[in-house]
Parts: sequence; C-alpha cells; structure tokens
Amino acid sequence: MNKLLSIKNLNKVYYSKKDEIEAIKDITFDIYEGEFVSIVGPSGCGKSTLLNILTNMDTKTKGTIELNKNLKLGYMLQSDSMLPWRKVIDNALLGLEIKKEKNTENIQYVRGLFKKYGLSNFLEKCPNELSGGMRQRVALIRTLALKPDILILDEPFSKLDYQSRLKVSDDVYKIIKEEGKTALMVTHDLAEAISISDRVIVLSDRPCEIKNIYKIRREKNGSPIENRKDKNFAYYYDLIWKDLAYHDERAS
Amino acid sequence: MTKEHLNYLKKIRREKIIVITFQILILAGFLIMWELLSKYKIINPFIFSSPSKVIETIKNLYLNYNLIGHILTTLYETLIAFILGITLSFIIAIILYEFKILNKIIDPYLTMLNSLPKVALGPLIIIIAGANTKSIIVMALLINLIVGIMSIYNGFNNIDKDLIKLFKTFNASRLDILLKLTIPASYKTIISSLKLNISMTLIGVIMGEFLVSQSGLGYLIIYGTQVFNLDMVMSGIVILIIISFVLYKIITYIEKKLLK
Repeated sequence: MNKLLSIKNLNKVYYSKKDEIEAIKDITFDIYEGEFVSIVGPSGCGKSTLLNILTNMDTKTKGTIELNKNLKLGYMLQSDSMLPWRKVIDNALLGLEIKKEKNTENIQYVRGLFKKYGLSNFLEKCPNELSGGMRQRVALIRTLALKPDILILDEPFSKLDYQSRLKVSDDVYKIIKEEGKTALMVTHDLAEAISISDRVIVLSDRPCEIKNIYKIRREKNGSPIENRKDKNFAYYYDLIWKDLAYHDERAS
Repeated sequence: MTKEHLNYLKKIRREKIIVITFQILILAGFLIMWELLSKYKIINPFIFSSPSKVIETIKNLYLNYNLIGHILTTLYETLIAFILGITLSFIIAIILYEFKILNKIIDPYLTMLNSLPKVALGPLIIIIAGANTKSIIVMALLINLIVGIMSIYNGFNNIDKDLIKLFKTFNASRLDILLKLTIPASYKTIISSLKLNISMTLIGVIMGEFLVSQSGLGYLIIYGTQVFNLDMVMSGIVILIIISFVLYKIITYIEKKLLK
C-alpha cells in the first residue's frame, strides 16, 4: 500500500512560566492511502495538539513529519463553525475564497457535492435553519472543497446528540469513502472509533505515547452502524477499554 | 385561531394598555404636582419655575431668542461628534485588536484617561482648539471615544475562538480574518454601541457648550443662570430632555432596522 504520511519520534513540549509540560512523547506511526485511522485517548492527553502539529497550526519540538509528495491536508473541526451571516453555499466556499481558488470549476465541484449528498435545497439558506447533522455535513463539504488528499477530523461528531451522531458518522464515512479520501480522526468515543476505522491508535495519558495500535478485523466491512453488530466489536471494545482504564486506576 | 390563542393575545394587549396608561399618569401627575406646588408657593417658583411658565418661556425663546437656531447648533455638534466618534472608535479598536502588544503598552494610559473627569481638560481644550465649535466637538469626542473603543474592542474579543481556528485551518491571512470574520462578526456589537454613544456624545456637547459657546442649548442654560432667569434654565433642560429622548428613540429605530 502507498504510504502517504509518516510521523517519526514526534515530541511536543509546552512551556509555561512555572515549568515545562511534555504533551507528546515519541509518537511514531504511518498512514496509508485509502485508510481510515482513528486516534483515541484520555481527554486532555494531547490528541488535538497532535492534529494541530500535523496541520501546521502548532509547532513540533522534535521529530519528523513526512508527507508524500505534495499531498494536501484538510482539517475538519469539532464545531461546524458556520458564519451565520453567510448563506450555506457561501460558507462551503469559504476555504476556496480564502485560498483564492474560487473559480467556476471549483464552485461547480462544491455544488456537485451538495447535490450528491442531498443538500441542494439548502444552498441559499442561512446556517441556523439547518440541523446540527446537516451543518456537520456542510462543514465536511467545506473541507472537501479544497480537494485534500488526507482528511484530518477532530472529534467531528462530539457536539451532536446520540441519534444524529450515529447517522452523521454513517453519512460522513460514506462521503469520505466515495470521494476516495484517506482520513485520520481523533475521538474519545471508543465505539465510534472501532466501528468506523481500519486501524485504531490508542494513546496514553499525558505525556501521550502510543499504547497500542489495533488493526480492526471484521467478518464483513459495512457502514459504521452495521459494523457495530460485528462479532469482533465487543472484543476490540474490551481491549481498548482496558488500555484506557489502566490510567484511571493508576491515578486513583 | 383558537380561543386560547385569542385569550393570549388579549392578555398581551391588556398588559400593554396598563403600561402606557400608567406612563401617561405618572407624567401628568408630575406636571400637575409641579404646577400646583409652584402656584401655592410650597416650592420656590422663582427657582423651580412651573410648567405653565416653562411653556411661556419656550414660546418667548422661540419668538425672540432664535430657539430653533440654538437647537440646531446643539444637534449639529452632536451629529458631527457622534459620527466622528463612531468612526474613530472603530479604527482605533481595530488597531488595538490587531496589534495586541500595542494594546498592552498603552493599557495603563487608557485606564488613566478613562478615569480622568474629562471636563477637567476643558480649559486646556479651549486654549488649544480655540473658543469655538471645535472645542465642543473635541470635548464630546473625549467622552464618547473611550466608551466606543472599549465596547467595539470587547465585541472583537468575544468572537468565537472556533471560528478563528477555522480561518487558520485555511491559512487565512490577518487581513482575511479581519475583513471576513472580525468585522462582520462584531456588526451587532457595533450597532448596539451606537445607543450608548449618542448619550455620551450629548453629555460631551452640553459640557462643551457650558465651557465655551455663543449658541446651543448648553449656552441657553448657562446664559439663563448668569442673568438669573431660572425659567430659561428650566426650559433649556426640558427641551434637552425631549431632544435626548428623541435621539435615543431614533437610534433604537435604526438599530432595529439594521439588525433585522
């Protein structure tokens, strides 16, 4: 398989007035083309810092990040962050506008995505007329508009209620697969990680290190909701749960 | 429409009628009390005047003292100071927001300037700007600028951090963030700051007119005091109340229109 992203011995240290905080310690992993990889870990362990470093929004202290050729990363945030004064379509075109790539061809591409994913009727609406799940799908289209090769997703469903969460993660998974994208997602929801990913990376508490990497094997690969019924689901859930629970015991 | 819905509407209307009735009653009661207390000399009619005398004085001012001219002078000064104040507040707030280090440096000086009673600077302003309309406008600006800058700046600071992060994921330049996010996002705060600003401007203008002027409502009030014509002072105050009320209502109306 084609290796797209390679992270080697990544370290991150934060400085405050009083001391140094080691946020990330010696993280090494690769991402291959077409994969869906999830990262889980205790909250506050530095998952988001890792994504911020990958997307150049924060700096690394040590280590290397190798990106295959000139691949583009697209970052989808936890909150859908729609600008309320812009129509839905103009929100989706925001990235293109800022990157000065808002040409007819790209606009057509975005409109095409809206049509393909059943949102055509909402192009001219205000963002607050859309449900949380719809907004999240628009946010994904906004990220896809820039045609990234790898999608970086930072807890993309955590602000949704449980029902829409399952539905939207199914939708988002489908969109990512259909567009043939590679994805790296951070989440704190174990079930979500296991049901959606090809591999799950488990991080430890601060300073965050890689505890385990699981290749998820299923009897049959389906949509995330179907995958929850897979007979191996509980097995992985249990393994990862134990990986994470260890830290609680140590803390208490 | 259901019966319950009708009842609900009726309830709202009844409440509105009660509010307006009492508002009128309070005003009428106040005026009648003032008139009677003055007429039977329970309060000193020379100092406190009376509604009938105020009306008479206003009529006299209108006929013999160019009252409309005085009102227009005050309105003109207020308008100029208001527009200048908003524009400058906006520009300065942007500069402070964009250059955080500058903000940190001048913070103690802003605090000092803010706590200083601006009227103390009056004599200085007159010497620098001259005994004319310029001084009055500078005075009003001193008062409305600080409030304006602070409210607009706070609006900028309250912008959702997630939105800023979103722009950063697109590698947006500072100019992009300013034009496409900061300014549109604080539109509401800026509009809401207009109301506070108009009151502050009027305070500044009247204060300026007290210090130096040949016309305007502040001038009328000071002139009335100097010649010990307290009917004139009272009339000036009454007209000022009406003007500030009307200005406030106009701004509220504009605000409603713009925020729709």
